[in-house]
Amino acid sequence: MESLVARAGWWLAALLFAVFMFANAQDTGFAVHMAIFALAALAGLVIALRGTDYKLAAAGRMPVADQSRYDDGLIRAGVILTTFWGCVGFLVGLFIALQLAFPVLNLGFEYTTFGRLRPLHTSAVIFAFGGTALIATSFYIVQRTCRARLAFPALARFVFWGYQLFIVLAATGYVLGVTQGKEYAEPEWYVDLWLTLVWVAYLVVFVGTIIKRTEPHIYVANWFFLSFILTVAMLHLVNNANLPVSPFGSLSYPLWAGVQGALVQWWYGHNAVGFFLTAGFLAMMYYFVPKQAERPIYSYRLSIVHFWSLIFLYIWAGPHHLHYTALPDWAQTLGMVFSVMLWMPSWGGMINGLMTLNGAWDKVRTDPIIRMMVMSIAFYGMSTFEGPMMSIKSVNSLSHYTDWTIGHVHSGALGWNGMITFSAIYYLAPRLWNRERMYSLRMINWHFWLATIGIVFYAASMWVAGVTQGLMWREYGADNYLVNSFAETVAALHPMYLARAFGGILYLSGALIMAFNVWQTIAGNLRREEPLRQAAYDAQADRPLVAVPAE
Amino acid sequence: MTGHSTYDTLRHLADSWGLAAMVVTFLALIAWPFRPGARKLNDEAANLIFADDNAGGDDNGD
Repeated sequence: MESLVARAGWWLAALLFAVFMFANAQDTGFAVHMAIFALAALAGLVIALRGTDYKLAAAGRMPVADQSRYDDGLIRAGVILTTFWGCVGFLVGLFIALQLAFPVLNLGFEYTTFGRLRPLHTSAVIFAFGGTALIATSFYIVQRTCRARLAFPALARFVFWGYQLFIVLAATGYVLGVTQGKEYAEPEWYVDLWLTLVWVAYLVVFVGTIIKRTEPHIYVANWFFLSFILTVAMLHLVNNANLPVSPFGSLSYPLWAGVQGALVQWWYGHNAVGFFLTAGFLAMMYYFVPKQAERPIYSYRLSIVHFWSLIFLYIWAGPHHLHYTALPDWAQTLGMVFSVMLWMPSWGGMINGLMTLNGAWDKVRTDPIIRMMVMSIAFYGMSTFEGPMMSIKSVNSLSHYTDWTIGHVHSGALGWNGMITFSAIYYLAPRLWNRERMYSLRMINWHFWLATIGIVFYAASMWVAGVTQGLMWREYGADNYLVNSFAETVAALHPMYLARAFGGILYLSGALIMAFNVWQTIAGNLRREEPLRQAAYDAQADRPLVAVPAE
Repeated sequence: MTGHSTYDTLRHLADSWGLAAMVVTFLALIAWPFRPGARKLNDEAANLIFADDNAGGDDNGD
């Protein structure tokens, strides 16, 4: 009972604090955000007060968590929200792809311009879709591999819902124009502080569960998750070292200026790719692929070599985003060399994932979830080959600032991150809701093909667009003047932008089919459908051969 | 120390002792799973994810 009063008191204090900040707000964005904080605190207060069984509490018999069962409530919410954020993120992505092809879709409002919707798209897919998937799967995997119930359940709830609040604040901020203007680090100082709180709590819950474990060994997926949590904390703190102009306003200035600031930003930006989009999702691969294939990982040794190589190499690769800039030449070369070296552990990991299917390759034909996993690992391999290649200075002089980069990012994000997350959702949904299987395996197959063909359209069109752009920009005439104006390069790309948007339509349709499939699975329905493969059976031929006497 | 000499010191640390220390640490870490007797432990670790086969969660589906 005392703990309930204390909890309600904290919520009330948070509510009053947010209202105070709202009342003193110096700009609209800050005021809206403080109002959102206040609403979240109010929701927390109402849930704390209404969610308690007062009869039990008065009798001093508050329900105690059953330590012999896993704590899966948050993971169920995570599967639903990952699906939701995925659809939102892909939809916004499709919309801004169409904006590039048809500028009239900027609609003439500041809130719907490409510049504001683009970070909304990147954050929705990376942080909302990817981040929610990472938190949910890490809570699932750490419990299963440690054979222990999640530590600090209340804190875990704070992590999950606090992260959702971060997403809402970030998304509304972009539309309102509240931004630091740093790629993947757009949220302003107070949202960064909030995320810091959530992230420290995440670390505590994760490490707490590992300490509670009953398995002597810490499975390699947890190593990847832990490196993801720790590194993202470090990156976030260093890159967001900003000084707010006022405690009641959204504007702040970074401590790092000039080329130092640029280097810190891309050290952050590239390691966000390395540790958020790679290490975290590799943790999913190292758990879900062996589980779905029902075979242990091909080489556990290789997984450890993969882990340490990734940790030691990735962190230095950031400067390849700053080739031919004011960054010292040696730092550019360092970034390039480490990026090229990174190719090896990446392919080691890819081989490890794919070879897990050794002896079970038939499952690619019969199990659409395995098929999706294989495609995702294949895209991991392709994009980790393309990335090092693009980091080579001479290649970069053609590819940098062009759509090739966008294509590269998307073959990694749609192919690797998207596909591994979809397969994790398909793995989790029947288990979390205690269903025999997904509502429809054939729909998973449809999703697989729509997503794959969508990525092909996306990546291929952006290769062509990027190389076209790069060549047109650098084309000199006999008079030593540039041949093309910028507007001419934009006009040349129009067909490619249409092809890209078509790829986006396919990818989004696949995700919508997944959303329907997950919804039906949760509702407890099973679609009656032909299995994907059955051994041939001919009833007519299934009888003894009777010798017919010759006439 | 002036700003320039701090940069210089760190710059030289980075491509001498700093680099050597990182390489040695890295090699030691990746050599660790290849030590004699590690094969059995690695196999056990690789298979530990199959020990649970689904203990299930709280009130699933209720």
